Amino acid sequence: MQLIINVNLRRLALALVILMPCAAELKEATLQILRNGENAGSYILQAGDPSLAEWKLPPLNIADQTSADHTQSDALIKLGRALFFDPKLSSDNSRSCASCHRPKLGWSDGRPTAVGLNGQPLDRATPSLYNSAYGTIFTWDGRASSLEEQALGPVYDPSEMGSSADELLTKLRSDEYYRKAFAEVFTEQLITDQFITDQFITEDSISRALASFERTLLVQNTRFDQWVAGDHNALTLSEIRGFGVFLDSERGSCATCHAPPNFTDDGFHNIGLASFSDPDPDLGRYNIRPVKLMRGAFKTPSLRNITLTAPYFHDGSAETLEDVVEHYQQGGVSKGNLSPEMKDIDLNTQDVDDLIAFLRAISITRDDESINMASEQ
Amino acid sequence: MNTALKVLTTFTLWFSVGYVIADQLPNVGQKDKKFSVEKLQVNVGDTVTFTNDDPFFHNVFSLSPAATFDLGSYPQGESRDITFEEAGEVQVECAIHPSMQMTIEVTE
Ligand code: HEC
Ligand code: HEC
Ligand SMILES: [Cu+2]
Repeated sequence: MQLIINVNLRRLALALVILMPCAAELKEATLQILRNGENAGSYILQAGDPSLAEWKLPPLNIADQTSADHTQSDALIKLGRALFFDPKLSSDNSRSCASCHRPKLGWSDGRPTAVGLNGQPLDRATPSLYNSAYGTIFTWDGRASSLEEQALGPVYDPSEMGSSADELLTKLRSDEYYRKAFAEVFTEQLITDQFITDQFITEDSISRALASFERTLLVQNTRFDQWVAGDHNALTLSEIRGFGVFLDSERGSCATCHAPPNFTDDGFHNIGLASFSDPDPDLGRYNIRPVKLMRGAFKTPSLRNITLTAPYFHDGSAETLEDVVEHYQQGGVSKGNLSPEMKDIDLNTQDVDDLIAFLRAISITRDDESINMASEQ
Repeated sequence: MNTALKVLTTFTLWFSVGYVIADQLPNVGQKDKKFSVEKLQVNVGDTVTFTNDDPFFHNVFSLSPAATFDLGSYPQGESRDITFEEAGEVQVECAIHPSMQMTIEVTE
């Protein structure tokens, strides 16, 4: 008799231990956010909930993504990495792609706007390259529709790297490492005849290599991603509430533009930055698509690893995430051609704190292994 | 058995004909950041209606010589019309979401 009671008591204790985390889950489960749109149902903000599936980054089928017929081989990626870090790509051998897209600064540069060859600031901020493999349109105004198409833009830009096709090809063709590497990648054979190896070093093959390397700069496993995949301990309650603010069309309404799964709609919006009121403002997308709506519209950036890439916005006008949220709280500053999706949001202090906590949770920490691996040469 | 099959075939045919006709009506939906059709053929003088079925704004514009227009931006449930006056191929795009593209072939 005694024994049985003991056992039962132990069971009870065990049940309590099991129930405790359930209590936390219950709190989590009460968070439901109505999705935008008729009969769209709601998001249930609980780790692993099926309603969150659209926030899972799909595995990349890289062969499909390359506009090129050549698939992404390890050798091609390695070659791309060498090119990305090589100052030979600039006319005076002073800078590489990585001078602006710096691995430890989220593949951005920590400056409001990039710095030109002559040391003068350029017009726009250096964007992060994280998850560009998921992107469908590139640069702030979307003038390139693939990473391959974008790759040589900065090389030939007089204020960025100042080189030319002739100069670039001459330099790389007279470099023994590249002669060997290109021929090996594209023929899978060791070729030493220079006349032949030269044929493999072309604008096309250089672009392919750079793009293939860029497609490896991924961030797919933030605490947020772990939570979406089902890990109840990955996010704090404040971060989960912050995700609620982010999704809720009555509060942050951020996900309309920073849409699943990569926190971007690959679309263009004027979010009312103060600089749009400048006498001669950057018209952004309008330069590429002269439609009124596009005056002062820029591409929606992805937000994974956002903590690594301050300052923010195409003009670098927000120093911190707090500044960014303050901008949205005001519903934009320059309202001349404001996107109709910019609502007058009114977040309380708790919402703001939660939202910012959430933005940090979609970033890996600066000393994360994967950053250091990627930056190794 | 045979009759059943005939009835079925007739119904299927009837339905698919109905479907094709409905499909040719110049009404284009905008849903999940896509136009409901990729290609549409209309006659000069026809009016095409674009209806936004997504819970956010869309736009419709074209810079093609056969028809240059910008229908602005409008929310879910609203539509915009455009009448085609000239024959030719018209590339239609949403300025907000450039992956939304379609072609309208306007014939005499
Ligand atoms: C002078 C600094 C600088 C250098 C050097 C530089 N970039 Fe950039 N990069 C920028 C800036 C600024 C932008 C945004 C340009 C714009 O939107 O007009 C950009 C945009 C990009 C983008 C588009 C990202 C996106 O998400 O839209 C890619 C990809 C890119 N650069 C790759 C490269 C590669 C590859 C190289 C070397 C060949 C390189 N960059 C060299 C500053 C630089
Ligand atoms: C109307 C669409 C839209 C909405 C709504 C929106 N954003 Fe943005 N977001 C953008 C665009 C477009 C940019 C880039 C604008 C620019 O630099 O000109 C941007 C930039 C940002 C940046 C800076 C990214 C970088 O790399 O510089 C952050 C952070 C951000 N948004 C967070 C949010 C948050 C948080 C919310 C909700 C409170 C939100 N956004 C709502 C479209 C939107
Ligand atoms: Cu659209």
